Amino acid sequence: MSRRFMILMSVLIGWVVLAAAPLRADDASLVLKRLATDNYGDIEAGVAALAASGLSVSEAVLNALADSRLSYRPSDKALFIKDPSGRWIDAATNTAPAEAPSGLKSVKLNNRVRRALEAALGSMTLMSSDPQKRIAAAEAVFKSRDANTLAALDAVIGKEADPVVRRHFEEARAAVLLLKTDAPEADRVKAVERLGERGDQDSLALLGSVTEANATVNIVSAAKLAAKGIERWLALLSTAQNAWYGLSLGSVLLLAAIGLAITFGVMGIINMAHGEMVMLGAYTTFVVQEVIRTKAPGLFDWSLPIAIPLAFGVSALVGLLIERLVIRYLYGRPLETLLATWGVSLVLQQAVRSVFGANNREVGAPSYMAGVWDLGGFQITFGRLWIIVFSLVVFFALLGVMKGTSLGLRMRAVIQNRRMAAAMGIRTPVVDALTFALGSGVAGIAGVALSQIDNVSPNLGQSYIIDSFLVVVFGGVGNLWGTLLGALSLGLANKFLEPLAGAVLGKIILLAVIVLFIQRRPRGLFALKGRAVDS
Amino acid sequence: MNRLLSRFAASALVAGSLLATVAAKAEDTIKIGILHSLSGTMAISETTLKDTMLFLIDEQNKKGGVLGKKLEAVVVDPASNWPLFAEKARELITKNKVVATFGCWTSVSRKSVLPVFEELNSVLFYPVQYEGEESSKNIFYTGAAPNQQAIPAVDYLMENEKVQRWVLAGTDYVYPRTTNKILEAYLKAKGVKPEDIMINYTPFGHSDWQTIVADVKKFGSAGKKTAVVSTINGDANVPFYKELGNQGIKATDIPVVAFSVGEEELAGIDTKPLVGHLAAWNYFQSVDVPENKAFIGKWQAYTKNAKRTTNDPMEAHVIGFNMWVKAVEKAGTTDATPVIDAMVGVSVPNLTGGLSTMMPNHHITKPVLIGEIKADGQFNTVWQTPGTVVANEWSPYLEGSKDLIADWRAPLSCGNFNVKTGKCGGKG
Repeated sequence: MSRRFMILMSVLIGWVVLAAAPLRADDASLVLKRLATDNYGDIEAGVAALAASGLSVSEAVLNALADSRLSYRPSDKALFIKDPSGRWIDAATNTAPAEAPSGLKSVKLNNRVRRALEAALGSMTLMSSDPQKRIAAAEAVFKSRDANTLAALDAVIGKEADPVVRRHFEEARAAVLLLKTDAPEADRVKAVERLGERGDQDSLALLGSVTEANATVNIVSAAKLAAKGIERWLALLSTAQNAWYGLSLGSVLLLAAIGLAITFGVMGIINMAHGEMVMLGAYTTFVVQEVIRTKAPGLFDWSLPIAIPLAFGVSALVGLLIERLVIRYLYGRPLETLLATWGVSLVLQQAVRSVFGANNREVGAPSYMAGVWDLGGFQITFGRLWIIVFSLVVFFALLGVMKGTSLGLRMRAVIQNRRMAAAMGIRTPVVDALTFALGSGVAGIAGVALSQIDNVSPNLGQSYIIDSFLVVVFGGVGNLWGTLLGALSLGLANKFLEPLAGAVLGKIILLAVIVLFIQRRPRGLFALKGRAVDS
Repeated sequence: MNRLLSRFAASALVAGSLLATVAAKAEDTIKIGILHSLSGTMAISETTLKDTMLFLIDEQNKKGGVLGKKLEAVVVDPASNWPLFAEKARELITKNKVVATFGCWTSVSRKSVLPVFEELNSVLFYPVQYEGEESSKNIFYTGAAPNQQAIPAVDYLMENEKVQRWVLAGTDYVYPRTTNKILEAYLKAKGVKPEDIMINYTPFGHSDWQTIVADVKKFGSAGKKTAVVSTINGDANVPFYKELGNQGIKATDIPVVAFSVGEEELAGIDTKPLVGHLAAWNYFQSVDVPENKAFIGKWQAYTKNAKRTTNDPMEAHVIGFNMWVKAVEKAGTTDATPVIDAMVGVSVPNLTGGLSTMMPNHHITKPVLIGEIKADGQFNTVWQTPGTVVANEWSPYLEGSKDLIADWRAPLSCGNFNVKTGKCGGKG
């Protein structure tokens, strides 16, 4: 009995019901029975009642409900929890029943129940041993602003050793105090200052709800001052955030366009099937993940590194075939190349549609791609960060190949002066084929990255082809650095225009600006000089 | 003279009946047209509907067909190309002699074939939720009108989630624009202030949602409960939901209710970060009634895929097809005019345990279901209208359409009758 009481004590600190003696077992099942229903309003009320009851089982029951592991038997309204091994456990007694219960119905969740659960679990886990859970609990209190948790917060703040957790606790306390009309004025002004230091959207919203109706003049003026400070900070932050989004969009554009920078920019082939090379790379990623899921689930985090060389291989091979079978007959005839490769792109799309189906395919994100890095309100999503890093790695690797290998040397020689290169003994048709395969393979690698942010469907390539051409033409045909700069500046311009003009108009404005720019500088940002230009 | 005339009439009759038997011999089957894109951007949604129709026709043939004849499907591919829809529709009716067509997904494809069906007097069943503001004699709309989907969803959020601030986000084309216009008028009529409504349009296939999601987050942290009403179409949804997950917007903070996201669309994404976001439809695969279970069982057996999903437009085709069969049996013929007359008032069971009826405005009655996304990509029905809802094909919230009604029964027989001017033909 005394142990149970101790557990209860720890869970219950600050709860009004603390004074009541621990509930007897039959009372316990009575509270639990309130959850045994399919009416969401009743479940919501049941969650609150259970949280307030201080039962030792309540945390386990609420957690089970949050994970959809809670069921009830309609005949006697007994609750059962499914444990990780799939066994049913009687929630009231915390023991496994002699025989497995039958005819169970699961207790359903909706958003209101989920919110009630978050608030209830939040105040219960303030004492958790895991600092992450304590922070989550503090944030839950920050959101719910339940005045009943104030005592519990006061109790834990003094004991908290971790400064980060402590800050979260104090912020949660400030949020509760701010709108508590019977709290002393000095405390509430302090709460305003705390929220001002926190300085995020949520605090701004909270401060905005302080008015003459619920606070004294001093508090209101302090809140207004703090709100102004937050607004200034947020404006700065949103500029930085926009720059980040622009970089991220730019890196996606760079990835999509970099293969084209070789086939179109360097070789001068208008390859309308470029987008389909990207799509093939994305589907390769899907196939790799499917194989890993069925054969070796433990390797899932390695699926992208495995997919990169395979995607390069698949797209390069298809590119090689296209060059050998179609394009090589059409060199020097750009219009026919355009039409032929457009036809190839339709064939590839429909082929993929026939093999994989018209629906989107699910490509999962490895654990290191998921999550957000919050730097005082400035948010960096890991997926985007990796894509930026990846696009730069691909860019410099390609630059290295062009500048540092003998294949690159021969490529540049053929581009600068085809006949002279041939006269020097370079087999130009082989170089053409390899260059096209290289460009296609790089597009395939881009597909691996794009599978993480876009849908993997037969139409994936189409949405990138126009942007890719735009980037290459804008950056300057035949110049890899121009492609890098073109992609980044288009990304940034897009993201700074979007909040001002809207996504649709922003795109139109950008297109118009580029058209005007090309009128003035037909060869793009970085014009290639030399013989190749004239030929 | 009289004798001559009767003789002529008799011979004409004989010849006529002879011709009829010849015709009957040539047409042992009744042909049904299927006009869904099997290639191009819309193939993602429409291919399933083609399979659904083949499945339904197969089932009906097992039961002995219609009027003692087997049904035969004629499948054409309009390739997501709107003008091609009209050409293919003409080909189906004049060359293939189909008696009814099931097809189209986007409103623009429907608008493209509408004149063809009216000119050649044939029947089209259109299975997708759409913006309303239309009623044709030759088209039967088995999808939802805005008041059978959008408005109940907004009501649900207002009452159950106490939402006060609204983001209306959509793809930039006719369905989202019209729906959002109706919703904006409706919200304002409910007392929502203009500054609490944010409207945002994005191009087709928009894939970079970072700024917009951040804007929504900002809009949502003004101290009032905020929700997003999404009419984002097709492929753009996946990156949108991925970005919501990335930026940590949970359904408990800012719920998103979508009108174009169903089981099929969710099959392409990891739904765990989306749990609790909503969709409004007239059918969910997870609806737990015997009719639905039987249908899903047969469908999965037919497609030989135990994981094959079902969705709302499929149910619309099921209802439309069963209604057509009933109307043909009632009329005793497959000719368009008698079948069109027989359609009105036909009731068939829908897959959510109720009855759907074809109303005189050529739209059907439907229940409205609100579902929350579950971790397994299915929906958990959290709210449902007590009965079925009759479609308002002309929205009462829009200037210019609020005085219009459609009633295709004689003697009115008009798709846009103005009750104020008492004339058929629109605004008057």
